[in-house]
Order: sequence, then C-alpha cells, then structure tokens
Amino acid sequence: MHEVTLIVNGVPRQARVPARRLLSDFLRHDLGLTGTHVGCEHGVCGACTVLLDGQPVRACLTFAVSVTGQEVTTVEGLAKDGELSPVQRAFAECHGLQCGFCTPGFLTTVTAFLRENPAPADDEAIEAVAGNLCRCTGYQNIVKSVHRAAELMAEEGP
Amino acid sequence: MTTKLFGEPVHRREDARLVAGNGRYLDDLGADALAVAFVRSPHAHARITGIDVDDAIDVEGLVAIYTWEDLPEGVREPLPLLIPHPALTHGRTAYCLAKDVVRHVGEPIVMVVAADRYIAEDVCERIQVSYEFLKPVVGLENAVEGPNLVHDDVPGNIGAHMVQEVAHRDGRATREVIAAAPHTLEFRLDIERSACMPMEGRGVYARWDADDRSLRVYSSTQTSTSVRMAVAAKLGLPLPKVEVIAPDVGGGFGVKIVHPWPEEILVPWAARLLNREVKWTEDRREHFISSAHERAQVQHVKVGFDDEGRVLGLDVEILHDHGAYTPYGIIVPIITSTQLLGPYKIGSYRVEFFSVYTNTVQVTPYRGAGRPQGVFCMERTMDKIAQYLGKDRTDVRAANFIQPDEFPYDQQMIFQDGRPLIYDSGDYPESLRKLKDLIGWDDFPAMQAEARKEGRRLGIGVGCYVEGTGVGPYEGGHVQVTSDGRVHVSTGLTSQGQGHETVFAQIAATELGVPIEKVSVVTGDTRRFGYAVGTFASRAAVMSGNAIALACRKVKEKALRIAADALEADPADLEITDGMVHVVGAPSASIPLATVAVLSNPLRYAFDEEAKRATQFATGGSMDRPPVAEGQEPGLEGKDYYSPVRSTFASGMHAAIVETDPDTAEIKILRYAVVHDCGKMINPMLVEGQIHGGVAQGVGGALYEKMAYDEYGQLLNASFMDFLMPYVTEIPKIETDHLETPSPLNPLGIKGAGEAGVIPVSAVIAGAVEDAEKIVVDKMPISPSDLYALRDSSRTSGAVSLLRNTQ
Repeated sequence: MHEVTLIVNGVPRQARVPARRLLSDFLRHDLGLTGTHVGCEHGVCGACTVLLDGQPVRACLTFAVSVTGQEVTTVEGLAKDGELSPVQRAFAECHGLQCGFCTPGFLTTVTAFLRENPAPADDEAIEAVAGNLCRCTGYQNIVKSVHRAAELMAEEGP
Repeated sequence: MTTKLFGEPVHRREDARLVAGNGRYLDDLGADALAVAFVRSPHAHARITGIDVDDAIDVEGLVAIYTWEDLPEGVREPLPLLIPHPALTHGRTAYCLAKDVVRHVGEPIVMVVAADRYIAEDVCERIQVSYEFLKPVVGLENAVEGPNLVHDDVPGNIGAHMVQEVAHRDGRATREVIAAAPHTLEFRLDIERSACMPMEGRGVYARWDADDRSLRVYSSTQTSTSVRMAVAAKLGLPLPKVEVIAPDVGGGFGVKIVHPWPEEILVPWAARLLNREVKWTEDRREHFISSAHERAQVQHVKVGFDDEGRVLGLDVEILHDHGAYTPYGIIVPIITSTQLLGPYKIGSYRVEFFSVYTNTVQVTPYRGAGRPQGVFCMERTMDKIAQYLGKDRTDVRAANFIQPDEFPYDQQMIFQDGRPLIYDSGDYPESLRKLKDLIGWDDFPAMQAEARKEGRRLGIGVGCYVEGTGVGPYEGGHVQVTSDGRVHVSTGLTSQGQGHETVFAQIAATELGVPIEKVSVVTGDTRRFGYAVGTFASRAAVMSGNAIALACRKVKEKALRIAADALEADPADLEITDGMVHVVGAPSASIPLATVAVLSNPLRYAFDEEAKRATQFATGGSMDRPPVAEGQEPGLEGKDYYSPVRSTFASGMHAAIVETDPDTAEIKILRYAVVHDCGKMINPMLVEGQIHGGVAQGVGGALYEKMAYDEYGQLLNASFMDFLMPYVTEIPKIETDHLETPSPLNPLGIKGAGEAGVIPVSAVIAGAVEDAEKIVVDKMPISPSDLYALRDSSRTSGAVSLLRNTQ
C-alpha cells in the first residue's frame, strides 16, 4: 500500500492505496468523487478526463500513485462558489448533453482548451473535442457549446 | 396563459445536476458494496468439463464463488423468453451461469464476489475452467447451410420462420404479380452487425434489508418495473418486498430493455444470501461480448414495377442473425418485415424470414430495431428502379407515396405490437418537397458536373422511412399537488438521457397552469409508480406524456371543483394561471392551488399555519355530507393511464451529399439534411437533439461500425480502439426541418422521435456513394477499403455496374 497525497479541486486529499489503483478509481472510490466517469478503461472515450496541473489527462490510464503532490481538477471542481462555470452553463444552454455520462470529460477538456484558445474558430473547436466520444448528441450541440462557453467567458471576463 | 410550455424549447432540468458531476449513475451508488466479476467463456462453442477454484480460494478479500451448481431453484432455470411468438418454434434462452455448454464468447460461467473489483478479477484469473471444444457456427449462410448446430435440438439452426403476404387487390399472389410485371429486378443486400454501445454499460446494485425482509435493486435498465417482477419471481419474494430503481442511466439505445440480465438476478440473489450490499458494473469488453448486438441480415429481393416506377410486387427473403439466444423473441425481423413498406403503396408484398442461431452474442433491438435494415432494402429498391428506368430517384419515390388524403392507411399486416399496421397520419409529398428544398436536390446535378471537371466525385442520396412509435400496451402517470403548491409527477418508465424530467414537466405545467419550477418529475422508480412497460420503440413521450396529461386533467377537474366551493363560483368559470385558481376574467376572485390542495384533505390535526384551514373546526360546509364525499378521495392527486388502440406512425426523409476520394476511397459526408415529422413537438430543441444523435449512430452504422467475428467466433474488435464509433470529426453538420402532422390517436397529438434519426442513414449513404462512384453499393457499412475493393472488382468484371446494363 502506498500513501497518495494530492490536491483535488483545491483541497488536500490523502489515501493509502495499492500501486495498481487507477486515478479514475482513486477519485471515484477512494475519494468519493463520482463525477469522473469511466467509459472504456483504455483511454479511447475520454469520459474520465481530468485536469492534472491544468492539463487534460485520461484518469483511466494514470496510476494514482504517479500523481502524488500534483493538483487534480475534476468536474466537481469546475463550479466556483456554487456557481456553474461558463463551460458548464454553455453545455446546459446549448443542449450539449443528453445522458450526461460522457459530459464530465468534455467539460474538463473544453475548460483547459478555452484557457489556451479563448476565441476558437469552428475547426479549432471541433479539434478540441475530437478525442472524446459521445453516443447521444451527435456532437453538433457540443461544438455549439464550446463556442457559447467562449462567448460567456469573454462577456464575463477572467 | 403564461404557463403554456408545451411546444417550447425549454432548457433541460436535468442538466444542472449532470454538468456539476452530481449525476448518480449505477456505479456512483453503493460505495461500500462488495464487487462482482465473472469468469466468461473465451470460446464460442464448448462443453464445460470442469471448474477448478483451488488456486483462487486463498485470495485475500474473496467473499464467494458461484457456479450454476450453486444456484437455487428459480435462479438455475433458463432466463425467460420475453416475447413468445407462434413463429418462434425453437426459442432458446441462456442460463444465469452457463450449464454444461457455452454458446458464445463472453457467456458467464462463474460469479465471483469480493471486496473490490480488482480482487474479484484477480480471483477470476485464478479459476481454471476446462472445455471440450465444439464446432462454432459463425456467419448467417454457414449457419443455414452447415452441419454444425448451436443448439443440438434446433435443426438447421432455424429459430423462427415466418411468411407474411399481402396479395394484390385483384387476388393474385405477389410472385405471380412480379412474373407478369413489365419490369423486374433481382438482387441481394447485406447489412453487418453493430451495437448500441451506450457510454455507460450495464450495472446492478442490490441491498437486502434483513430486518424488513425486503430488497432494493438499482439497475441501469430501460424497464425497472419489469426487472422488479422478474427479480421477485426468480427469488420467490413477494412483489411488495422488492423495489427497483433506474438511477441516472448513461444511455441505453435498446440494449437495456432486455431483462432480466443474468446479473440482474444474480446480484440481488447474492446480496440476500450474503446479507451484504453487492454491486456489478459492466466493463467495456464485457459490454461487447456479453450484452447484445443487432442489425446483421442478408436480404434477397425481387421486385416487379411499371414504367412509372410504381412497385407492383415486392418479394423479400431475409436471413436474420439472432446470435446464440432469443430472449427478446423475433421482434427485430418482424419490424424489418413490416416497416420495410415505408411511406409507400406497394401493389403486393411477400416477406419471408428465417431467424437463425449463430455462436455469437445475442441480437436484441438497437435504436431503429430492424427498421434500418428494412429501409435499406426498400430504398435500395427505389434507387435501382430509378436507375433502371432512367428516372429521378425522388420521382420514383413520389410515384409510390401514400397520399395525404389516404389516411388512415391500412398496410394489411400485423405490426410488432400484435396490432394492425395502420398508418394514422402524415404528409409524405410535403416532406419530400421540403427535403429537396433543404438539400438543393434539383441543383445538385449541376454541382456534381462542376465538381467532376475538377476531378472530384460527388454523389447525392435520399432515404424515406415510416416509424411505428408509441407502442402499447400502456403507461401511467401520477400527479400530486401538495399543500406547499408543489406538483409531483411520476411515471413508471425510465430515462436514459431523453430529457423526460423536462418534457413531462412541460406537459404538467401546461395542463395544470402552474410554473414549471413547481413541478418535479420522477421516472423509473417502482416506489413511486409500479405499473409500466418501459422506454423503447420511441414510446416514452407518446405513452407517459399522454398518461401524465390525462392524470393532470383529473387533478385539474378536482381542483376546480374544490376551488368553486371556496370561491362560490361555477367550476366552468374557473381557470388556473401561474398556480392561482381564478374566475375567468376576474383575477381578483382567486385562490392559490396550494390552498386548494390544503382544502382537498380534511384534517383533524394542523401541522402548520396553512393546514389550519383544513381542520375540522375551521372548515364550514354542510353537516349532512361526509367530509370526504362519496366517490372522492382526500388529497389533490390523480392517476391515469394511456393505452393506445395501436401505434402512431412518425415519418421522415433524409438526404446527403458525399464526396469520395478518387485515390484513397475515403468517403466524406459534405451535407446531411433531415425532414422529420413526429406530430406535435413537446420541445423542439430536444427533438433536434434526438435526431442529431440518431443520425450520428446511423453514420457509424453506414461507414464505420461492424462486429468483426472470425471463423472461430472470436470478436476481434471488442474495444473502443477497434470498434470505430464516430467522433465529432466523423459527423457532418445536420440540417433539419420539421413537419407537424398531429396524431389523431392520442390527446396530445404526438408521435415518437427517439429512433428516427438512425433509420434511413445507411440507405442514404449507399445511394450517395453509388451516385458518386457509379458502382452498385449493396453492402453496408462501406469503409474506404470496401469501396477500394468494390472499384477494383467492378473494373475487373468489366461491368460499369449500372443496373440498366446488367439486365
């Protein structure tokens, strides 16, 4: 068993886990943060995407022990002071989700993307979400959500 | 009325929860539950000769290992055949855990319960199962021709054989009509397997309450009420002691209507036996090899037609691959057979299918449920007729359309619900007109010719379909207004992302005249509503939507009666606006619906200020009448059911423009247009979302997705890495237009929309690729490699492959 200490959504967290514990399982089962979902367990679908020191990673391809001392943001950490983030609001407003299972991975991915590219062109918005699978929406409203989130962020400032 | 929300693009009420990470899907529940994993067959067909657990029992954290031998009566019998049919003469279902023989890779053999999933999988790896190999049966034609049998007692591997025929109106049989027709064509079509692939797989979590002797089961299901009945029956528990809840469900698309899955019986059984919480969460590989697939068919078609392209006779023989077992009966090939007719008047029609066993994963409905195959058949037929006659493909379709003044139109067949296939309404010529406008059909030849000059290959395709939606037998709705003015709506069927919390709240708010913020909706929870069928066949909005509307009307009638007493008015003069009951035209003479709810329940005891108004010394009224009048009940609530005489028929038409790469044979969809008619739309934003998602799955089925079984019955692409589901980069922008022909069959005038998007896509893309390449496309999906090979073979065969030249 190994001690894992890290910052999750701004809060220091600690747990003792086996070396083989995946970060996705660690977040969900050891820390009780079930917002991060697991769709394929081999890094293809992107549902488990979390931000590791601000960069999107597949939590299902990451060992919990390998991120000790780092900062993780999950979907639960996107809202600030109880208010949904612009990306979260944009997805709701544009009907960018249906069953919602893949959504946390899109939200984290788009959050990181818009930090680097706050005013994406259409092909850039498409490229940004091209590593995440959704079986419900047909993606059209997800791309719309990316643009809407960029708009909201521009309106509201940093 | 300010509260009229029916028909508005209201934002979803589900989303605040889901985008915040506060959804509760199956694996998010039961943090302390024991975990289950299964040893599943690595062989497609084998006899189990031994199971050795010696190496496994010392693993720390192991709780229990079960094989078929351990299962008690009730649990050890084969799973139910859910939908029997006289033509299904050789229906077979699996056991919860394999008994003696395994018939597909992935069939469960041993159940392991352990402290967590990691440990449970460690245990599975240490269990040795020995096998005697049997010859696997893979591929439809091998199954029918070959000597090897999936089930020893099913000769020829034929589970079902069914013939339906609608003779010509002059009495002649279809084959006679075709033989005498001015023109005939004959061809073969092939469709591959695909699967639902919801992002969340299946899962079951059970808690046994030893004090209460009751069981609570959560399942990622499309039918909690039916799971409940199956669990109670299999475990021998009284029905009131079993509750089943569908929590947030991460997509279904059909696979989760099948029930009870082995795991839905085994997990509750183990939870009771061990007196511990037990949970099983399906992983992706398990979903590929242990749930269900759909689509695979081979079709042989003969058609006779006249100079205008009118179909005089159509004769279709279908081989349908249903995999190793038939728990869902023969619903899929029945739907193919009947919905094949589409929006057309076919002079005479004969359809025959053989539903065939193979040593592969079982086949049960996947969004579209047999319709994509039927539509592929009919639309390919229309294209071939047009090609043969040198006519525009839309003209041939128009020549065969049922006209708007011909509804109700009786296709004289029996539909999947056992009821007549009678179309209730629609306007197919208008749909086609809108579609041609939307895609620019008439301008396309010029565009195509222009592109040709640049060496680019463009093609256009079209596909029409009719979809029977809202099948019975029934759904119910319960509506309760409580003394705080809140409206609680419940219905038994489940949700998998359709937005039922929103649309049912829109219906209730509109019917009752209350702000939508006051309305809450619960679905798929047998604690709240015990009678239901389930969410499939594009039926939820039609069935539960109407049931909830009818329940609201009962509540409203009662509310107006009570308010009329209080306001000393005639109920006929009252209406409800923004939660206030008032005299029409005199808003000051009013009473809040909340107060009406208080007054509806005569009280002895006051629990708050508002409740004092209903206590025995506060209420006036006649001393000659009992406080609760005869025939009445306390409380402001109502329940009603909607049970349709038959299905209501939605329809739609799609068109696409594709470009094929002359060198790489890559196929790109440049434009995709949809005209859709689902009657009155409750929420157009959500209808469009359903269409987008359906088309995306259709594109997957047309260009990318297939189940690659080898000759040994191994599924070679059982992962998201190898089974190519479309990402955003594969899906075109979908342009939509709507037509609303209200259904005369239900109070709200609605038709289902859930499956529509997926249905004609393979037909549309096949037509478009054919148009771009001038090569016959009769097999879907079509990958770049397939197209490349098709180009080669049509070149070497010397045929330009235009049908006209091959006759």
